[in-house]
Amino acid sequence: MTPISTGSEWTFELIDEYERAIREIAVDEFKLDVYPIQLEVISAEQMMDAYSSVGMPVNYHHWSFGKHFVATEKSYKRGHMGLAYEIVINSNPCIAYLMEENSMTMQALVTAHAAYGHNSFFKGNYLFKAWTDASAIIDYLVFAKKYLSQCEERYGIDAVEELLDSCHALMNYGVDRYKRPQKLSMAKEQARQSEREHYLQQQVNDLWRTIPKRDKGDGGQAALRFPPEPQENLLYFIEKSAPFLEPWQREVVRIVRKVAQYFYPQRQTQVMNEGWATFWHYTILNRLYEKKLVTDGFMMEFLQSHTNVVYQPPVNAQWYRGINPYALGFSMYQDIRRVCEEPTDEDRAWFPDIAGTPWRDALEFAMRNFKDESFISQYLSPKLIRDFRFFAIRDDDQDDKLEVEAIHDEEGYREIRQLLAEQYNLGSREPNIQVWSVNVRGDRSLTLRHSMHNRRPLEPESAEEVLRHVARLWGFDVRLESVDDQGHVRQTFSCATGHRELQLS
Amino acid sequence: MSHIIDRRLNGKNKSTVNRERFLRRFKAQIKEAVSKAIKGRSITDIESGEKVSIPVKDIAEPIFHHGKGGVWDHIHPGNEEFIKGDRFSRPQGGSGSGGGGRASKDGEGEDDFAFELSHEEFMNVFFDDLALPNLVKNQLMGIDELKSVRAGFTNDGTPANINIVRSLRGALARRVAMAAPTLEEINKTEEELDTLLESDEESGFEVRERRRRLHFLRERLGSIPFIDPFDLRYNNRVKQLKPTSQAVMFCLMDVSGSMDEAKKDMAKRFFILLYLFLQRNYEKIDLVFIRHHTSAVEVNEHDFFHSRESGGTVVSSALNLMKEILAKRYPSDVWNVYAAQASDGDNWDSDSANCAHILDEAVLPACQYYAYIEITEGEPQNLWYEYLKVQERHRHFAMQKIHSAGDIYPVFRELFKRQPTPTR
Repeated sequence: MTPISTGSEWTFELIDEYERAIREIAVDEFKLDVYPIQLEVISAEQMMDAYSSVGMPVNYHHWSFGKHFVATEKSYKRGHMGLAYEIVINSNPCIAYLMEENSMTMQALVTAHAAYGHNSFFKGNYLFKAWTDASAIIDYLVFAKKYLSQCEERYGIDAVEELLDSCHALMNYGVDRYKRPQKLSMAKEQARQSEREHYLQQQVNDLWRTIPKRDKGDGGQAALRFPPEPQENLLYFIEKSAPFLEPWQREVVRIVRKVAQYFYPQRQTQVMNEGWATFWHYTILNRLYEKKLVTDGFMMEFLQSHTNVVYQPPVNAQWYRGINPYALGFSMYQDIRRVCEEPTDEDRAWFPDIAGTPWRDALEFAMRNFKDESFISQYLSPKLIRDFRFFAIRDDDQDDKLEVEAIHDEEGYREIRQLLAEQYNLGSREPNIQVWSVNVRGDRSLTLRHSMHNRRPLEPESAEEVLRHVARLWGFDVRLESVDDQGHVRQTFSCATGHRELQLS
Repeated sequence: MSHIIDRRLNGKNKSTVNRERFLRRFKAQIKEAVSKAIKGRSITDIESGEKVSIPVKDIAEPIFHHGKGGVWDHIHPGNEEFIKGDRFSRPQGGSGSGGGGRASKDGEGEDDFAFELSHEEFMNVFFDDLALPNLVKNQLMGIDELKSVRAGFTNDGTPANINIVRSLRGALARRVAMAAPTLEEINKTEEELDTLLESDEESGFEVRERRRRLHFLRERLGSIPFIDPFDLRYNNRVKQLKPTSQAVMFCLMDVSGSMDEAKKDMAKRFFILLYLFLQRNYEKIDLVFIRHHTSAVEVNEHDFFHSRESGGTVVSSALNLMKEILAKRYPSDVWNVYAAQASDGDNWDSDSANCAHILDEAVLPACQYYAYIEITEGEPQNLWYEYLKVQERHRHFAMQKIHSAGDIYPVFRELFKRQPTPTR
């Protein structure tokens, strides 16, 4: 076999040839299951554009994207930052961007990484399958963009901007975390049904139909509780129940919620997703080399950027910024393969069900059925803990010292594994805040409840500010209580709207 | 199954709208930065954009997140000397270990979010909702006027553009050229005929033959058209950019002893602002600096601002000089004339009426706009009152009194506030 190319310049023909060679390895040899691929060659400016609208090829307009763009442009122009090699969109067909400045090696790397690595992850991982609809997202964003610009024409840019600001503040709380979605056909059925239900609910809205009747005593108040159970999805609750929102505003809330939901799996699978893509570009390009389709020079260039990507600086390094998800994810998949192919006694003890089995199946299973948190708690091996020299530190504000809880030794493995998994648990990384109640009979104020975990408080300044956004959406006073494990209220925030006082008889 | 698409030719400025939104949102902060920048610049130094900083907390998008406190477990890589149960003090600051991850997140918040405004954005912010009044002569900004000029002749065009002389000259040449061989043959034939007739030998047939031939040739000569579509020449005209977007700005300043440095500095800012504004509207701007005390001279920018004179004040000397320069170098049909005059209000008593007269008669009719600022703490003097009268007579004469550097920007806005479409 002769190498596909020897120079560093790319051409469309070469990209095509590399792509076919990569496909042969990825799909025919390693059986990656991918969406159809659309490679798009773009310029650096376009890459910055794509960057700043959270990677989507279309998106509605908002100043925050402009801010993002300005920041990106600034650091790019000053040379502080190279642009990311790749942006890939979880859509069907899967769109991967190739930047025109890249060398041929980089184009091949990006193709393997994004168009086959990420692509197969999007298609296979259960979270993406359950939560995102790859074939509809672009259309949905087109719709969203159009809808929002119509709103801007009709209600003014400021009104839309304010609303979006408020929604963005709650974006992380616009997702369903715990509710498992139904099977697709069922889900659609359900949606239709609940739509009807909600329609009815709006007609006969439990909340707002109520003409307050003053019962004697408090007896009646305790009985009527709204919502009947705490709600985790704040934006959903607001969309459905906020009294003063106009229909178009509800639709905007819904759009932000949908976009948030679309990105939710990505936030939960950073290590897995990047690791998977990195594992595959590494594996595929090495295979290309074995087949003598690429030159030594190609491999040198590739390995240089690959090692940069998977470098994990140690804790005492100046540029240590926490754990590098590429490094961790890549090592874990490599390690799973190792456990399958050359298990040690330790591995047999820790991973009896995969040690010595075909690695490709084990890897596929791991990719499909986990998210970062469960992936780590399932697959982080003692060997990796030793390789990374992981250690756990407890930072307790009631203790004036930090304490080393566990290190990479026999008694520490399980604890480190569990703590690291916890570190990737979005549920504990982000404050757990839910809709607690609405004072239906009184001032109609909304109460949110923050369930404290390990006594971690909310950052007060931002909490106040977000609360103002909640109040803007809700239209009445809003309270937020931080409640500790024992059920005692530790912190309270409130935001009074001041206006829209309800005239009570 | 895979597609490769070249998207490079697609628009690259998808983010323009978002960038505009961003600027729009932080207009107040940006404006402040811009007006600060104006103070530090020289009168013609407006080529560059401006760096603008906004406090990060203003542009932050708030979300719920954890604050300091409670119990945190952190996993870090690269353990070197720790063993289980080791206890040590919290590192100070964001040194990277311990709770560093959180701390540095907060730490970043102190910085400003700095970015560059492009020249255009800078100007847009600065001149936001301002427009020069009485902009009657030429369209503003970038609308280049075209002038049609002669550019020789072409072979086709509209009948209205036929150039008769050229066409006929061409026709004549063609006729001469086309007739030449025929004429030659006619001559030859005639000669032969003459010879034949003279020789008088049994010439019946040959003579007839020649005569017929001559007749034929003469017919042919006659059939050469007098003028042919081919001869037509049309006047050709092409559009050329007309250098109309040019303005001259007269800066008139009193440099008598009573104008101290502070006052000059204020005057300078005023001139800068006017210059900036003109710069936006005209491609080419000439600056004329006239300083005066009892007599006026034209000087360069440096001397204008930096040399000190003393003595009394005769304002009309400057106006007269301006009038002369106008007449000599800046005919008002080609130039848009703007003038800005700064003074502390002092004038030789009997001169003020004279000034008003010159303005009325010579200067104002030639000007697009004339702005006068009086930098003084004290009571207005006679010049001010004279000028008030002038203001009543001319819409494009404006005057203001300023007291401190802080007044300049508002004054400027006041002077150039968007006015209803001029009716002049």
